Amino acid sequence: MFKGKNVIVVGERDGVPGPAIAKCLQAAGANILYKTTECFV
Amino acid sequence: MAVVIRECSYILVHVPDFVRYGSKPARDIPINGGPGGALERRIYEHVRSYDEAVAYPPNQVYIGNMHPDDLHTTPQPWFEHPVAGAKRHGKFGEILPEEEWYGWLKIADDFNLVWLTPAFIAQIRDVVSGHPFLEEEDIGKLGNGVAINKIRDKIERDDALPLYYDGSLVGSIRRDHEVDDTLKAQVLMENLMAKASGALAMHHLFNRAGIEPQQVDFILSCSEEAVGDRYNRGGGSLSKAIGEMCRCVNATGHDIKAFCAAPIHAIMDAASLVQAGVFERVVVVGGGCLAKIGMKYVGHLKHDMPVLEDVLAGFAFLLTPDDGVSPIVRLDSIGKHDVGAGSSQQEIMTSLIVKPLERIGVKMMAIDKYATELHNPEVTLPAGSGNTPLTNYKIMGALAALRGEIGRDQIDTFVRERGMPGFSPTQGHIPAAVPFLGHALEAMQQGRMQNTMFVAKGSLFLGRMSQLSDGLSFLLERNPRRNG
Repeated sequence: MFKGKNVIVVGERDGVPGPAIAKCLQAAGANILYKTTECFV
Repeated sequence: MAVVIRECSYILVHVPDFVRYGSKPARDIPINGGPGGALERRIYEHVRSYDEAVAYPPNQVYIGNMHPDDLHTTPQPWFEHPVAGAKRHGKFGEILPEEEWYGWLKIADDFNLVWLTPAFIAQIRDVVSGHPFLEEEDIGKLGNGVAINKIRDKIERDDALPLYYDGSLVGSIRRDHEVDDTLKAQVLMENLMAKASGALAMHHLFNRAGIEPQQVDFILSCSEEAVGDRYNRGGGSLSKAIGEMCRCVNATGHDIKAFCAAPIHAIMDAASLVQAGVFERVVVVGGGCLAKIGMKYVGHLKHDMPVLEDVLAGFAFLLTPDDGVSPIVRLDSIGKHDVGAGSSQQEIMTSLIVKPLERIGVKMMAIDKYATELHNPEVTLPAGSGNTPLTNYKIMGALAALRGEIGRDQIDTFVRERGMPGFSPTQGHIPAAVPFLGHALEAMQQGRMQNTMFVAKGSLFLGRMSQLSDGLSFLLERNPRRNG
């Protein structure tokens, strides 16, 4: 479902960080436009 | 030679009139009616009185009058269940009222940045003078004040920020350069508040440890601020400024920057300096972070609850060579999150907990307590930011299960027995595991606990220089030379 899709990734420090999500989505064929991780505390 | 953490201190400062200057409120108020407008008025309908802040159960845990595990049996919401007979002073420190805080702020001010009215100085002089840590020389720094019309003029014409007490204008803080945004009033206020609250914590440390300030050799500040000017943003050194305020005439110091994990980095560095024989008495100090006051106010207003981030926090620790009594920092137990370690939570926790424990031959279940980010969930949950300590403890429990040390059905028991409810103010470096250090020192001194692992993470990615996060850990053990 992600093949060829443009994706903006926002990860979370105490959850799943941006680079980890981006790696999974890239493996699924997505095009990562921007990735970041935020801290919500 | 072993290194011990000999003593600790913890302080809170009730600062309701500074909630407007936390980063989030300070960004939102100007676009929602400005000073005195709708949003600011709504925030100030939800700030707590000093007595309410003192009686708040997590604050009593922070200053040592309650144990973190007592919160398991304290009904929630905690803000509706005040501690009966709650005290300003605790085993580890105190909760300073805002009226006295203005005195500390003025005493910390070496550049006449803070102007207070003569009437307000007259109002606070007696209570400030009554504080046991302040001397005549300090009280002299209060001066006689600046006329209210001059203060109003400074605010209206020169970008000074108004200072309030109980909602009334009592002074201002000015900028110290016309265009340098590192010396504007907001930044200088943040830095001065970190300095003064760090000094209050350090005074309590000396009082508890029974040492004189001149006996300290070196100071490491792990506060979250950026002291400097336009040419060296964040240059520091707040550590030396705090030391000066506390009369540590034989010490110097430097600042440790590692985002929220900085206290663990600072303790590791301090222990290493002592173990190497470079210095005998090293103090780690953290002052409060004004930017994070009122950070989650939107969630609090949405749920019609008090704005709970209304206290600045601080702490200080004294590290020395082995005294045969105090708990030992196991420098061979340092866990670090390497550049190439990977960024998933499992990889981070493996780096910080599993690997260092394996290295020294200790099982996860041999650790009595794990201290991790101890953010008070009552602050974060209403804002949709989750329960940080609980999330981390579940990952630790899952790692113990993965390693076959416990069954999957024992993860909840692991979380309850080896973790603890979050109770700390949310000022980044403050909740970074170390709020439990005082409780751990006490339990180990009394023989109720053998060890604690301190684990903290830092959000390096927030500075936009790397996608990486960071983390560091160490094991604290009961001193084997202690009798009983």
